[in-house]
Amino acid sequence: MQNVEVKIRRFIEDNFLFREDRAALSDTESLLDAGVIDSTGILELVAFLENEFGIRMADAEIVPANLDSIKAIVAYVMGKMAKPAAA
Amino acid sequence: MCGIAGYCGIPETSIPREALLRRMIGAVTHRGPDAQGVVAADGVGLAHARLSIIDLASGAQPMASADGGVHVTFNGEIFNYLELREQLIARGHRFATNSDTEVILHAYEAFGIDCVEAFNGDFAFALWDARRRRLMLARDRMGVRPLFYTARKTCLYFASEVKALLEVPGIAAAADPIALDQIFTFWFPLTPRTPFKDIFELPPAHLLIAENGHVTVRPYWRLDYPDAADGAACDNRSEAAIAEELRALLIDATRLRLRSDVPVGAYLSGGLDSSIVTAAVKRIKPERLRTFSVTFEAEEFDESAYQQDMVRALETEHASVACSAADIGRVFPTVIRHAERPILRTAPAPLLRLSEMVHACGYKVVLTGEGADEVFAGYDIFKEAKIRRFCAVSPQSTWRPLLLKRLYPYLPLLKGQSQSYLEAFFGAQSEQAADPLFSHLPRFRTTAGAKVFYSADLRRALRGYDALADLRERLPERFAHWHPLSQAQYLETAYLLPGYILSAQGDRMAMANAVEGRFPFLDHRLVEFASRIPPKFKIRGLREKHILRKATGDLLPAHIGRRTKQPYRAPDCQSFIGTAAPAYVAHRLSGGDLAAAGYFDPAAVAKLAAKCRNQKFIGFRDNMAFVGVLSTQLWHREFIQGATIASNIPYAVA
Repeated sequence: MQNVEVKIRRFIEDNFLFREDRAALSDTESLLDAGVIDSTGILELVAFLENEFGIRMADAEIVPANLDSIKAIVAYVMGKMAKPAAA
Repeated sequence: MCGIAGYCGIPETSIPREALLRRMIGAVTHRGPDAQGVVAADGVGLAHARLSIIDLASGAQPMASADGGVHVTFNGEIFNYLELREQLIARGHRFATNSDTEVILHAYEAFGIDCVEAFNGDFAFALWDARRRRLMLARDRMGVRPLFYTARKTCLYFASEVKALLEVPGIAAAADPIALDQIFTFWFPLTPRTPFKDIFELPPAHLLIAENGHVTVRPYWRLDYPDAADGAACDNRSEAAIAEELRALLIDATRLRLRSDVPVGAYLSGGLDSSIVTAAVKRIKPERLRTFSVTFEAEEFDESAYQQDMVRALETEHASVACSAADIGRVFPTVIRHAERPILRTAPAPLLRLSEMVHACGYKVVLTGEGADEVFAGYDIFKEAKIRRFCAVSPQSTWRPLLLKRLYPYLPLLKGQSQSYLEAFFGAQSEQAADPLFSHLPRFRTTAGAKVFYSADLRRALRGYDALADLRERLPERFAHWHPLSQAQYLETAYLLPGYILSAQGDRMAMANAVEGRFPFLDHRLVEFASRIPPKFKIRGLREKHILRKATGDLLPAHIGRRTKQPYRAPDCQSFIGTAAPAYVAHRLSGGDLAAAGYFDPAAVAKLAAKCRNQKFIGFRDNMAFVGVLSTQLWHREFIQGATIASNIPYAVA
């Protein structure tokens, strides 16, 4: 769990936030509202999650409910990894 | 078509006046390689670099009136010069040449500074009235031809490009942080601001008058739209009647733009607009036309199949130049040297390659379809805004946002986008709908993503400056009363068109290789006519440029006439990464170079560069940020770094 969260946070910091002096993004902050992710950024995020965690995201799963905060992403990825056949 | 430069007042330099003028005009020789002329008189200096197009034998400049009372140096064309010449001769004027330049002199003598209102053309000129000791600078209505100026003590300097001003001792280039922030919001600075501190651009459709030590700048024409609530203000005729007049105006605008004493060619992108222009030329001049185009390796950008369709249909003699990502990377520093500013996209680079080929083919003049997307509402941003506004009316509706799926069918990255995210990005809250910039908020938001890379110093220098608020305050008084489509069209036509399309991507890329672009869709008669066409005839449902298609349907093969808009785009950050990456990229983006220039945070830029190298998908925002950062670094190196050193070099008498 901790490992998954660290990887996801690092990815978002390196690829969307870019800055270190920017106030840290909280686990529950909306990535959309914070302007962190743009319209194509979401596809970058999906590609990263699929490669990094060996999961496959169905179109219907690419929704803000699953991806709009670090906490939501972690929960979604943990769920997928727990039952990979369910995809 | 040419380059101009000069001054009004007393230059504070030991350089002889004529040598100063030669030095200034020498910086823009690429605009006019055929001849050069300078005139230094009491209190004024005019310089000209000529690209001979009309009246090759006797059109030399600067040109003086018969009695020497009026002098002009002129870049561009007065397309209706033959008609004006007839009128002036009827009033008793006697002409010594067949040039359009002389028409300016006589028109000024007949009508004074209001003469510009009679000109149908693309022009930037400086006119000196020796009797009144008055300098007049003028620029065409749409902003096709450039004109920059700056004042130093008691002297006003002007030129077609900033680099000519930087030749004047005492004028050193410094960055204007506000202008940079505007570029990283809109893609261009808001006139009269330029990226160079204290160097200004004369806005389109404006005059500058310098007389008795006073300088005034004022508009002589305005882009205007009818109030949405005023039914009588629109063109209320039938669609067929409007289409018929549109067609007649377009053919006439094209006819005027074929006036030249050298051969005229055409750009053929394969899209609707350049196809219409090419077809119109064919109607007027049936002989074989030379056409030119760019092709891309990547299918995502390439339109060569459509180009070949039009070449066959119109039997033109066609030449194309292939442009790869590596080509873009290679020419990009040259692009920035000519554009004289940071840019957020690489799209100008292929056009530099194109003008290079046109020049090599011996052509100086090309007609293009530029302007049709602004004037007849072709850009996707208009449809996008229409759908967003439609959704904002009823935010709970689940079926309204389905329309978003029909936007951007040509963007592979957006195809995989889920409905809920499309809604999140393009959907609008109802309260946004009242913002005068509503149509452009998604674009401005994506562009502004690059601001994350600003250095702490740049942030401090900006002191919370708000570019959107600045733009809102400049909008015309009646703006809020216009139809939403008119508002969006205004933002594109009055701002993006001169600010970026006609300049960084247009004049500067064509004139870098002494090629003059002419744009029938930007004839001001057509622009004024189109502004009164009811919005429902421009975008019918989600079909863009409906009335234009209606008016020109019989000129084109049916499948070209039906084509939906494919915007002109080029490979962005992939031009600068990978094995083919030009060596300068690593230098300009190195921590040392970034820190020395001071605009961006080196650690953040390093992350961006790593991302562009390692990730398969790079979105719009990061592409724009990468190109924006790199181009700012190149611009800084070309113009700012060492600027003070260069201007201190003592002048050597040649």
